[in-house]
Amino acid sequence: MKIIVCVKQVPDTTEIKIDPVTNTLIRAGVPSIVNPYDAYALETALRLKERYGAEVLVISMGPEQAKEALKECLAVGADRAWLISDRAFGGSDTLATSFVLSRAVAWLSKELGDVGLILCGKQAIDGDTAQVGPEMAEHLDLPQLTYASDAELSEDGVLVKRENDDGYDMIKTKLPAVVTVTKISGETRLPSIKGKMRASKAEIPVLTAQTLEIDVEKCGLKGSPTKVKKTFTPVRTKTGIKVEGKTAAEAAAGMAGFLDEKKLV
Amino acid sequence: MEQKQEYKNIWVFIETEEGKAKPVGFELLTPGRLLADKIGEKLVAVIPGYGVREAARQAAAYGADEVLFIEGEEYRNYRTDVYADCMTELVERHRPLVILMGATNNGRDLGPRLACRLKTGLTADCTALDIDSMTKNVEWTRPAFGGNLMATILCPEHRPQMGTVRPGVFKKPVPDEDGSAAEQKLIGESAGIKPERIRTEIVERIKEVVQSVNLEEAEIIVSGGRGIGKAENFSYIRELADVLGGAVGSSRACVDADWIPHAHQVGQTGKTVAPKLYIACGISGAIQHLAGMSGAETIVAINKDPDAPIFGVADYGIVGDLLEVIPELIREIKKVKEI
Repeated sequence: MKIIVCVKQVPDTTEIKIDPVTNTLIRAGVPSIVNPYDAYALETALRLKERYGAEVLVISMGPEQAKEALKECLAVGADRAWLISDRAFGGSDTLATSFVLSRAVAWLSKELGDVGLILCGKQAIDGDTAQVGPEMAEHLDLPQLTYASDAELSEDGVLVKRENDDGYDMIKTKLPAVVTVTKISGETRLPSIKGKMRASKAEIPVLTAQTLEIDVEKCGLKGSPTKVKKTFTPVRTKTGIKVEGKTAAEAAAGMAGFLDEKKLV
Repeated sequence: MEQKQEYKNIWVFIETEEGKAKPVGFELLTPGRLLADKIGEKLVAVIPGYGVREAARQAAAYGADEVLFIEGEEYRNYRTDVYADCMTELVERHRPLVILMGATNNGRDLGPRLACRLKTGLTADCTALDIDSMTKNVEWTRPAFGGNLMATILCPEHRPQMGTVRPGVFKKPVPDEDGSAAEQKLIGESAGIKPERIRTEIVERIKEVVQSVNLEEAEIIVSGGRGIGKAENFSYIRELADVLGGAVGSSRACVDADWIPHAHQVGQTGKTVAPKLYIACGISGAIQHLAGMSGAETIVAINKDPDAPIFGVADYGIVGDLLEVIPELIREIKKVKEI
């Protein structure tokens, strides 16, 4: 069986800072990483591969630079990788992005056969929409299981542990299926030296709109129903009381007094 | 889209679990009311579920002009295919202008599935909504880049316009207790769900027995961050929360370190909360965390680092060692409460 893992290269949002003078994002120097939830999806795929045997294929839609993210995936054990890249894809919202990815999944299924599982992170940390996985499942008319924190294969399907608001469900479905992955237990693996060497030499083929026979009206800005009207930096200014250099007892007494005054105790 | 003007009314999807409505559905009736009034159209609550008549009556009491309820055993527990087929049928029948949904795990599972089937736009995790009364385009405002940036999104050419909102962002409307008036607003609907279309099966449901964490409803939250040092030190946070009758929250760092379950996490990838009082202990105040709690009425912070960004949003901050300050604070609060 083949498992396709969809990954996105994202800026490390924990490293983004706001310029205090202009109140705008400082993007320069912010490192690009594999979206952490996609790394969990990849780890899930690699664990399934170890347990049941499978070939792990990784795809990413993005600019040429996203090949770096794909190489990181190859270095930790993915078998093959493809970049999905075309000028026509620029400006795609989630509906258009999921459409392009669904065409890539369909293309790989046709070329290679036997694609059983498509794994994605539950969401990417730059957009945080959690929409691309389910939308891709709908484009492909496949069942979806979201928020999976664990997955195992059964004779004809997949069983996942799905997080919900007050616990979790064990849910199963037949393959092929789309599964989106949340934080999983245990660590994600690190690349081996051999893996890094193999990744650095790997040629990553590029799938374009033409290869995938994609109608350009359905991707990029044209294929995106949502439009960004404006962006702005949230303003957070408050002039509160800050107590420094007091003993714990003095400071605590002051805070308790403040809370009492506000009728919060 | 040619018949854009055929799409009317503001829908709020109300998620139920075993017949009981999740609070976020009612919360969405607040912004839903504002949008409906601004364009002079109806606010409609849509409730598929099993044994949902009471939930439907509640939605009417919370101010929906109409409540479409869809009753059936197949809706007892959420499954994507059942709910997506049901909502698709209802949307095609009634053509709503706008659909608001709660950004729960199920809402975020259903929303994109439905939006994709309807080939329309969906804006996730909105924190503010407005509508242009001429174009009837909703202006959906949401955080991006981990809360570092806010974006206002439009879906100008496609209908319905869809968006999700996280629990705790809006407050529930004040309910109108007139029961008979509520009853008149209820409209039973049905959808033809084909069993062969249901492709997933819930094998087992496990409720976590860890104390129920209802952060979205809590009036007081005491949260611990990386600065507490180790898992055992959450006892300080718990004790302070107990004295105040509050709930225990956490930053992402502690969840990633497995010091506390994810259900306690406040922030961009956790819960959005708006309590009366938020006490941040050992939390530096990364923008991802601030995105989840800056709606609190009063914020107090205890942190060793005088430059921690949390002090920028705090009404009262103590620069100090929380392991020393918290026990003293507990003593002082007990004094105030005379216990």
